[in-house]
Amino acid sequence: MRTVRSTVKYLLIGLLLLVVLYPQVWLILGSFKTQNEFFTAPTWSLPQHFSLDNYVTALTTSNVGQMYLNSITVTVPSLAAMLLVGIAAGYALEIMVWKGRGSTLLYFVAGLMVPGQMILVPLFTVYFKVGLTNTLWPLVITYVVMGLPLTVFLMATYFRAIPRELFEAATMDGVSMLRAFFVIGLPLMKNAIITIAMVEFFSVWNDLLIALTFTTRKNLQTLQVGLLGFSNEYGSTQYGPLFAAISINVVIVAIVYVFLNKQIMAGLAAGSVKG
Amino acid sequence: MRKVLGDRKTIILLMAPALLLYTFLKIIPVAWSLGLSLFKGNLLTGFTFIGFKNFTDFVADPDAVNAVWVTVKYSVVVTLLQVTLGYALALLYIFVLRKASAFVRTVAFFPTVLPTVAVALLFKSFFSIGDNQGPVNAALNALGQPSVDFFVSGSGTFMVAVVMELWRSIGFYAVLLYAGLVDIPIETLESARLDGAGGLRLVRYIVLPLSAPILISSLIFSVNATLKVFDGLLALNNGGPGSATTPLTLYMYRSAFNYAEYGFGSAVAVILTLLCLMFTVTVFRTARRDVAEA
Repeated sequence: MRTVRSTVKYLLIGLLLLVVLYPQVWLILGSFKTQNEFFTAPTWSLPQHFSLDNYVTALTTSNVGQMYLNSITVTVPSLAAMLLVGIAAGYALEIMVWKGRGSTLLYFVAGLMVPGQMILVPLFTVYFKVGLTNTLWPLVITYVVMGLPLTVFLMATYFRAIPRELFEAATMDGVSMLRAFFVIGLPLMKNAIITIAMVEFFSVWNDLLIALTFTTRKNLQTLQVGLLGFSNEYGSTQYGPLFAAISINVVIVAIVYVFLNKQIMAGLAAGSVKG
Repeated sequence: MRKVLGDRKTIILLMAPALLLYTFLKIIPVAWSLGLSLFKGNLLTGFTFIGFKNFTDFVADPDAVNAVWVTVKYSVVVTLLQVTLGYALALLYIFVLRKASAFVRTVAFFPTVLPTVAVALLFKSFFSIGDNQGPVNAALNALGQPSVDFFVSGSGTFMVAVVMELWRSIGFYAVLLYAGLVDIPIETLESARLDGAGGLRLVRYIVLPLSAPILISSLIFSVNATLKVFDGLLALNNGGPGSATTPLTLYMYRSAFNYAEYGFGSAVAVILTLLCLMFTVTVFRTARRDVAEA
């Protein structure tokens, strides 16, 4: 009975891991295959050589390099601004004491219910009128606004768990509440900030809708938009470089995941129970 | 003391950036879209007021009705499957793998954070046919079956889209539901076991009712996420063949930005928002009644 149980257990684990991992392994293996191998060798065969030719082709002949740069240029400032503004609001909402903070929090939470589609047309109009199209600014601004409700909501929740006395004690020593935000609030919230940063990193990095809407030029394409176009342009002819381009996209995310999977899992779970 | 904690200047300084950004770039645009849904036109042609004509046009357009149908079908099928399978996986973590589940949980969660575009392109190749036949058709051949071209039909594309979304999200729902199951006190389970409840009966009468709250929030989250499906169906088969797998979000995008019908696009966005609200309320109401009856 015992051995049957543990055999079933390992079979289930094995099956689960196979289903989760095989498509990814197959993708990475494919990124090393030559065009000839794609056509002639069985699909589950290993590549004959582990050469980086496909990666070089993907990075040089199409502008995957430029797309990477665009994605990073957009993601870093979006995250920084969204977090700073959101953390400050969370602190003001839960640590500071003022009339109407409960309804202000609700005002932000209401934003979680509205699909992004509701703001695309007006924002497009504004960016066009102000003359921001043909820059990456529309992406940065839109990501900050889209991520703000969740950031404010989660930060408020995390700040609520901290005893207010901590800040009261600091102010007794003559520290202003603004200074207390930077010297006590931010360091105390380090884990919470990493958690939220991860949630927002993935939502910005993986986004297609906003990037597609506000990208007017080819040289402004982010990785996701570029990949979509890449598959249309070369997809039916050059499998190796396409697989390499997808693999690069997967590997970056995997590296982040290896180091921060605990915070990522906690953050994404916290972000969804808001409903 | 209250004076320092209620320092107006500091509150304004910390609160203003978030409030201003959110109000001017989210709330006002939402109101703007609501207004725009009653107009026809775009930036170049100007706007004319047409009342509810956008909405009557929407109902009269077979492509629009099809987009609603695709969205609802996708949402219902994926929500039911991903919450059920995620729950099954969470039960597996708790009752079979127990302490050993941390590693499996982490690995199974990983696809959740992958870019949907990358996953869609991967699945497109995985299910492909022809010169570069993917593993799925290779496996079918190995079993003596002919290859299937999944992307030539709407139902085939839809099936791949569902499988893809399940592959991506089950690990996530398992972790979410696992968090709810961990909170069930061991004593409750032990005493139920002593009373003779084992296996499926234990799950049906003890575990399921106790995890109802987390199941409801999972359902609501899932419904809202799947009603907004965009990248997956766009990257998988461009919403096709034809418009057979074009969801409301993609239909809205094309109306507004490919055909420059800003007013009509806004009307579609309003309909999408209403759909999300309606589904959320429905799930919430039904679930609450079921819990009350149980």
